[in-house]
Amino acid sequence: MAPAGEVELARRVASAVVDPEIPVLTIADLGILRQVSWDEGRVRVTITPTYSGCPAMRQIEDDLRSALAGAGLADVEIATVHHPAWSSDWITAEGREKLAAFGIAPPLPDGVVLCPRCQSSTPRLVARFGSTACKALMVCSSCGEPFDYFKEY
Amino acid sequence: MSAETATTGSESLVTALVAHGDDNLVLAQRLGEWISNAPELEEDIALGNIALDHLGVARALYTHAGEIEGRGRTEDDFAMRRAEREFLNVLLVEQPNGDFAHTMIRALFFDVYQVDLWEGLSGSDDETLSGIAARASKEARYHLLHSSAWVVRLGDGTEESHRRAQGAVDALWRYTGELFQGPGQVSPERWRATIEQVLDEAGLEVPDDPYQRGGGRRGLHSEHLGSLLAEMQWMQRSYPGLQW
Repeated sequence: MAPAGEVELARRVASAVVDPEIPVLTIADLGILRQVSWDEGRVRVTITPTYSGCPAMRQIEDDLRSALAGAGLADVEIATVHHPAWSSDWITAEGREKLAAFGIAPPLPDGVVLCPRCQSSTPRLVARFGSTACKALMVCSSCGEPFDYFKEY
Repeated sequence: MSAETATTGSESLVTALVAHGDDNLVLAQRLGEWISNAPELEEDIALGNIALDHLGVARALYTHAGEIEGRGRTEDDFAMRRAEREFLNVLLVEQPNGDFAHTMIRALFFDVYQVDLWEGLSGSDDETLSGIAARASKEARYHLLHSSAWVVRLGDGTEESHRRAQGAVDALWRYTGELFQGPGQVSPERWRATIEQVLDEAGLEVPDDPYQRGGGRRGLHSEHLGSLLAEMQWMQRSYPGLQW
């Protein structure tokens, strides 16, 4: 297979790997998947952590490896890069829609938080730290819905 | 640049990365001690999350230090296979948790320092370090929101919480001077201005005691680091090379 074909296949497979903690999103939606390229005779996948302490990075690496192996790409290099630093701006528009549909308020410009149930924009912060490093816990002051907020970061 | 100065430059960078890594690892281990013991569920989760952030920063710094050093040392070598005297963390982070006020005052002192440190290092010529620092600086600001809010709540709370918070300020103040001895350029004046602002809002006072302790950056630690490392490294020391 020509490298171009392999890279294309690898990109498609890698883009479909889901985040272990928010499985409605792929690592491409989240901006964790940075690059898929051809490097010295093999596929190279570059990923970047969201939060420094994201415990899912190792799992993502394992998931990537097994998904790529399943597509016939066994000889793959997976590299973690720290520069430039990930930002919540990297979550795609589609990713934001998926988050909201799943009941997690996505990060919006200027720190706006919309209740994923009634769209009210006046939630109350319950806890700055939620079920994962990237989320805070809010409650809607309009409809009373408690929900996770993916922090703007 | 001669080969000699290049080596010296990278050696001092490795030392700096390890020192900052040690600060973050040791504090992560301390904060982890709160898990299942915090005053409420939200705090348990908060302290666990903050510990994870610090741990992640330490891991990235150690990995980068190992790559620059070029002797094949990994993050695990730095964390699990060095002795107490080889750790370069400041004494502040190894101090025992004490009560919750003590932990929050320690966090406040450290968070204000880290915000400034990472903001400065995010402009580093070393791309990896600048990326790690850019991420860590956002996290440090978030940690500071948490610690400063608690310090105000405790200082300006009941007589008992005020007494405990002031006691913690008095006990930990002596470990703050070391934060400005490098590596990294953090302005003691700016640090103090921010601290005074928070303490003032909390109704707490900066102690009038000039006594300061140091030595951590040279590997000379208080009695507390040894037992922390003994617990943290026990598995790897007992079963060298053990893997999950």
